[in-house]
Amino acid sequence: MMKMSELSYSVSGTDILRDISVEIPARGMTALIGPNGAGKSTLLHLMSRQMEPMSGQVVIDGQDLATITAQARALKLAVVAQHLNIASRIRIRDLVGFGRWPHARNRPTAEDRAWVTDAMTHFDLIALQDRFLDEVSGGQRQRAFIAMAYAQDTEWLLLDEPLNNLDLHHARSLMARLRDMADHQGKSIVIVLHDLNYAISWADHVVALRAGRVAFEGPVQAMATGENLSNLYQTPVAMDHVDGRPFARYHR
Amino acid sequence: MALALCVLSLCSLFIGVADLSLSSILDDPQVLVVSRLPRTLAALLTGASVAVAGVILQLLVCNRFVEPATTGTSEAAILGLLAVTIWAPAWPILGKMAVAASAALIGTFGFLALTRKLPPEQPLLIPLVGLIYGGILGAAATFVAFQADLIQYLGVWMSGEFSGVVAGRYELLWLAGGAALLAYLAADQFTVAGLGRSASLSLGLRYHQVLALGIVTVALVSALVIVTVGVLPFIGLVVPNVVSRVMGDNLRESLPFVAGLGAGLVLLSDMIGRVVRYPYEVPAGTVFGIIGAAVFLQMLLGRRSYA
Repeated sequence: MMKMSELSYSVSGTDILRDISVEIPARGMTALIGPNGAGKSTLLHLMSRQMEPMSGQVVIDGQDLATITAQARALKLAVVAQHLNIASRIRIRDLVGFGRWPHARNRPTAEDRAWVTDAMTHFDLIALQDRFLDEVSGGQRQRAFIAMAYAQDTEWLLLDEPLNNLDLHHARSLMARLRDMADHQGKSIVIVLHDLNYAISWADHVVALRAGRVAFEGPVQAMATGENLSNLYQTPVAMDHVDGRPFARYHR
Repeated sequence: MALALCVLSLCSLFIGVADLSLSSILDDPQVLVVSRLPRTLAALLTGASVAVAGVILQLLVCNRFVEPATTGTSEAAILGLLAVTIWAPAWPILGKMAVAASAALIGTFGFLALTRKLPPEQPLLIPLVGLIYGGILGAAATFVAFQADLIQYLGVWMSGEFSGVVAGRYELLWLAGGAALLAYLAADQFTVAGLGRSASLSLGLRYHQVLALGIVTVALVSALVIVTVGVLPFIGLVVPNVVSRVMGDNLRESLPFVAGLGAGLVLLSDMIGRVVRYPYEVPAGTVFGIIGAAVFLQMLLGRRSYA
């Protein structure tokens, strides 16, 4: 379980997040939703210690994240950022291979190599493995970074809007893969999602942020109501059910 | 590559104003030992270390279009050298070098602090800001040098050339070569840092330590090279880009080639400089400036882009 208590973050006097206290259950998928500028990405960064909060702490399984080493943290939690514009020319295979870096450092074993192949297979990258990062499309690059995080084999996997560049097929198969990792590999996944329907139809748990505060949080089935979501986005959202899952109508 | 370097070095030993042939070496090894060999080694060490410093800086800033000579590092080192020349002219070369390296370090950190404020979606802003920043530092150096009547020194530091290299006056470059070699031990760390701050933190890289190590290497190499031979522009820019285009940025594989190509090109430039206006010399920095500018323009315009 990840427990955040009274997390605050501000940039030059402006509060981005104020007094966030949330518990995120382990083994499952938690979606972070909310309007633009609500602080979703910031919260994800604070969870992974990519940014340091002004106050408050993040505790995973009783361990304060601020007190463990960078390497120990990298064995517990992997992050896929939103902006992946990197100038470096790395082959896809090498990039995914760096996912094993926290485990093996400079000496990958046969097991590490197996993980890399496995990750590339899962994310449909085998055919692209010899390409350089700047020779693939935005969506393929995104998948490569997710595969790297997968190869890192951490209990917690944090993703910031991973569907951004993905087409329908790859978006859906990514969500299915993450769902499978949560259900069968005991992974705890936290995912920032813009597409409300992806969030409520795949996640178990939802944390909704609005203007730097928690608007509501809890199991998707209980919290994804028309009233909650309409208030959250300040836009009328009507709820349907499709195949037993909630489905939001807001397109017009 | 190693073979090509050996052949180049051998040729370099026999090019110059003083005649040197195999038979004359046996009679009087003076020219070889005091001048030609040091000069050849100096060119090789300079080229290798400057190219390595270039690729490290590029990975740390996550930008392909920077090098120490365009980001204020060289200008800051020169400011440091000026200061020590004015206030403590009697200091030994090692002390002067230390001041220059510290100034280069401060200058490079200043540049890094500036780039942190730039939007990552605009990659060309970083080299532009670097040029402006370097320009301001350079202008300050010119002003100080003018006031102190040291403009001549400035000319010497700003144009890299090897004609003044004799035994006893280039050995500091071994330190630069050593720094580059040390950087190779951290090749994986630099490669990971090149994936950006977020990915490197996620992988548990001690990002700030690697950043500091890289910047110290870059500042040290720049200062050492400026003190001994002067600024050699474009090497740190062109060589890493050429190698990256061919074999990518996994430094563990590519760093030896970056060093080798840098060494070879600087030596070649120096040799061309020695023969093109024989018996006079053209600075290696000028020769490489011409070649480098052409290669770099070609690379910029010939960039292939994918979806």
